[in-house]
Amino acid sequence: MDIYLLEAVTNGILLGGVLALLALGLNLIFGVVDVVWIAYAELVMCGMYAEWWLTDSAGWPVPMAAVAAVAVVALLGVLVHLLIIAPILGSAPINQLLATGGLLFFLQSAATLLFGTDFRNLGLRLPVIALGDIFISLSRLIAFFAALLGAAALYLFLSRSFLGTAIRAVAQDREIMGLMGVDQRRIYLLTSAIGGGLAGLAACLLLLQYDVHPFIGLTFGPITFMICVLGGLGNMIGGFVAAFIISQIIAVAGYYVSIEASHVLAFVVFIVLILLRPQGILGK
Amino acid sequence: MTARLSKALAALVLLLAPLALRDYFLHIAVQVLLWGFIYTAWSMMGRFGLVSLGHGAFLGIGAYVPALLWNDYDVTPWLGIPASMLLAALLALVVGYPATRMRVVGHYYALVTLALSQVVLLSIVALRDVTGGSLGMTPRAAGHASWYALQFPEKSQFYFLALALWLAGLALWLWLERGMGSKALEAINEDEGAAAAIGIDVMREKLRVTLISAGLTALGGGVYVQYLMYVNPETVSGVGVSLQIVFAAIAGGMYSLLGPTIGALLTLVLAEGLRVAFGTHFIGAANTIYGVLLVLFIIFMPRGIAGLVEGLLARPGRAAAAE
Amino acid sequence: MLTVTDISAGYGSFQALFGVSLAVAAGEAVAVIGANGAGKTTLMRVISGLLPARGGGFALEGRALEALPAHRIVAAGIAHVPENRRLFPRLTVEENLRMGAFIPAARRHFAERLAWVYELFPRLSERRRQPAGTMSGGEQQMCAIGRALMSKPKLLLLDEPSAGLAPLMVEQVFDLVRRIRAEGFTVLIVEQNVQQVLDIADRAYLLDGGRIRLSGAAGELARNEEIRRAYMGM
Repeated sequence: MDIYLLEAVTNGILLGGVLALLALGLNLIFGVVDVVWIAYAELVMCGMYAEWWLTDSAGWPVPMAAVAAVAVVALLGVLVHLLIIAPILGSAPINQLLATGGLLFFLQSAATLLFGTDFRNLGLRLPVIALGDIFISLSRLIAFFAALLGAAALYLFLSRSFLGTAIRAVAQDREIMGLMGVDQRRIYLLTSAIGGGLAGLAACLLLLQYDVHPFIGLTFGPITFMICVLGGLGNMIGGFVAAFIISQIIAVAGYYVSIEASHVLAFVVFIVLILLRPQGILGK
Repeated sequence: MTARLSKALAALVLLLAPLALRDYFLHIAVQVLLWGFIYTAWSMMGRFGLVSLGHGAFLGIGAYVPALLWNDYDVTPWLGIPASMLLAALLALVVGYPATRMRVVGHYYALVTLALSQVVLLSIVALRDVTGGSLGMTPRAAGHASWYALQFPEKSQFYFLALALWLAGLALWLWLERGMGSKALEAINEDEGAAAAIGIDVMREKLRVTLISAGLTALGGGVYVQYLMYVNPETVSGVGVSLQIVFAAIAGGMYSLLGPTIGALLTLVLAEGLRVAFGTHFIGAANTIYGVLLVLFIIFMPRGIAGLVEGLLARPGRAAAAE
Repeated sequence: MLTVTDISAGYGSFQALFGVSLAVAAGEAVAVIGANGAGKTTLMRVISGLLPARGGGFALEGRALEALPAHRIVAAGIAHVPENRRLFPRLTVEENLRMGAFIPAARRHFAERLAWVYELFPRLSERRRQPAGTMSGGEQQMCAIGRALMSKPKLLLLDEPSAGLAPLMVEQVFDLVRRIRAEGFTVLIVEQNVQQVLDIADRAYLLDGGRIRLSGAAGELARNEEIRRAYMGM
C-alpha cells in the first residue's frame, strides 16, 4: 500500500478521535435536553482561545491552562443553558436551536472584536515520530488517545454512576424522572456542564494541532453536525462510529484531491447515505 | 384613514421614491427590496417549522451561476437565472427529501442545511480558477442599461426592477398562504402524524414549499449580483449569511407578510449605522449585535416586530368592535 | 399515615377531581376503585406530585406535601408505580432499580436494598442485565414495583397494576401485593379489577366522576349491590 495513503488513513483515524469526542458532547446534550447547540463548535473555539490566552498573556503552563480551559467551557455550557435554553424550554425545540444560532453569531463576532482575525496558537512544536514507515505528529497521537480517554470516562460515568444513569434515563422517559427523586433542572445543568467540559477537552486537543481564529468553528462544526445526523441524532454510539467514517473520507479524499474537496466529498457521501437511510446508519 | 387610502399612499411613495431619494438612500432602498424578497422567500418555509439554516447555499448558487454563465459562455441572465433556480431547487430536493421521512425534522433540517451552506461556500472558494475564490468576481459589464444583460447602472432604473421583484415575492407569499398548501403545512407543523392520517401528502407539501423557497432565494441572489455587479463567497453563501437571513426573518416577523421586509430594513439600517458610526474599527460588531438580538427576539418576541405591531393594532380594533 | 383533604385537580380547562378526601393508616392497604376516567390516575398523580392540586391538600404523617415538586415527595417517603409501568425501556432491570434508589437515603443502602428486592423477586435477579423494555408485561410490573420499593417508601402508590396483563399474571401481581403488605408496607392501590383488589384491601373508596361516592371496609363494598352490578359484572 502506498505509504502516504497509509499515513492519510492513520491521520484520519486520529482525527476521528477528536471528532468523536465532539459528537459525543453534542449528542449527550441533545439526548437529554432535546436541543442541538448549533454553537457547539464555537464553544470549542472559546475553549481554544481561553487556553491560548492563559498561556500567552497570563503565562500559565500549558497543562494548567488546559484544565482551566475545560472548566471555563463547562461553565459556559451551564450559562448557555441558564440564559438561552431554560427561558425557552417550553417553546418549540426549533426555537431553542435558533437561539443557539444567535449564540454562534455572537461568539464568532465577539471573538473577532476581542482577539481580531489573526490566527493564534500555543507555539508548541511537538515532534513528528515514526511508526514503522509512516510519520505521525505526536500532537495528533496525544489528541487521539486523550479523546479516547475522555470518551471512556464519559462511558463509565454514564453507565456506572447514579447521575450518569439518570442522564440516560431522562432521554427515555422525561415525565417520570420526578418519581425517581430526580430534579430535572439539575440534570439539565449537569449535562450542559459535561457537554461543555467535553467541548473544552476537544478544544485543548485541537489547539495542539491547529491554530485558533474566530471562524474556526466553521471548519469542524458542520462536519460534527453531519456526523451526528449520520449516526442518528442523539445516538452516542452511532455518532462515535460515524465520526471515524467521516474522518476517513476526509483524510483519504484530502490525500487524493485536496482538503477543500474532501469536505465537499464528505458532504456528498453524507447526503447519499442519509438518502438511503434517513434515520442514520445506527438510528432507530 | 381607510385601508385603501393608506395602501394607495404607500404605492405612491414607493413609485415616486427614485425622484425624491438621493443615490445613497436609493441604494439602501434597493437593497431593502432585494433582501426583503430573499427573506420573504425563506420565511415561506420557516413559518411552517421547516427552518433552513442553509439558504446561503441557494443564494450562493443563484448569485454565482448566472454570473459565471454570462462571463464564460455569454449566456444571458434571462436563461442563467432560471438555470440557477432549477439547480437550487434540485439541491433543495436532494437535501430535503430525507427530511420528509424523519421524525426530528426540525433538527435535521437545521443541521444538514447548515452543513450544506458551508459546503457551497467551500466549493465556490475551491473552484477559485473559475469563481475567483475568496476575492470574488464581477459580471462582465455591458456598460449601459441593457435588458439582455439585465444590467441597469442607473440606480433609479434598477429600483423599479427591485420593486417589481419584491412585489412579486409578496404576491407569491399571499398566494401560497391562501392556498390549501398553507393549511396543510400548518397542520403538518402541528402534528405530522395526524396530518398524514387525514390524507395530507406530507412529503409533497413539504417538498413543494422547499423547492419554491430555494428557487426564489436563488432568483434573489441572481438579481442582487446584477445590481451590485460584484459578488464574493462570504456575502452570499456560508453559515454567516444563512444565519443573517434567519435573524432578519425572525426579527422582522416571519409569520407576517411584511415581516421579512421589516427584517431587511432592520439589518440594513443596523449594518449601515454601525459602519457609519464605527467605520472599520469594530469589524464584527454588527454580527455580535445580531447574535444577541436573535436570542432576545426568540425569547421575548418570537413573532418578531411585525408580530408585535399586529398584536398592538389588533387590540384597539377589538375594543372598538366591542363597544 | 396519609391524609388527603378536599383535593381538586384537572388538566387545562378540564377538572378531574372535585374535593376528594381520603385517609390511609399505617400498615393498611386501601383501594380506590372506579370506572375509566373517574379520576383515579389523576388522584395518584396529585399525591406523587406529578400534577399540582388546584385546591385542598394532603399530608404524610402530618407533613403537608401538596406544595412540593415530585422529586421532593419521593424523598418524603411516597413512591409511585405509574400506570403502564413506565420503566426506562433501554436501561437494564438493574439500572431501573438503581434509578429507584436515586434519593440519597436510598443510595446509601443501595447494595442491601438491591439484594432484598432480588430476594422478593427472584425473576428480576435472573433478568438483571436485560433491557427492561424487552420483558413481558408481568415481569415489567414486577420491575416497576421493585423500583419503587428501592426507596423503602412509607407509602406505596400502585396505579392500575393489573392493567394489560394476562389473568395468570394478574394473580401473580396481586400475590405480590400481599407479600409486600406482609413486609409491612402501606399501600394505596388504584384498580379497575374490582374483585381482586377488594380481596386484598382493608378498606376501599369508590371514585365516580371525580368524587368519592362510597367508602368502607373492603368486604362491605364487595357485598354492595350497586358495585357488584356496575363493576363486577354480576
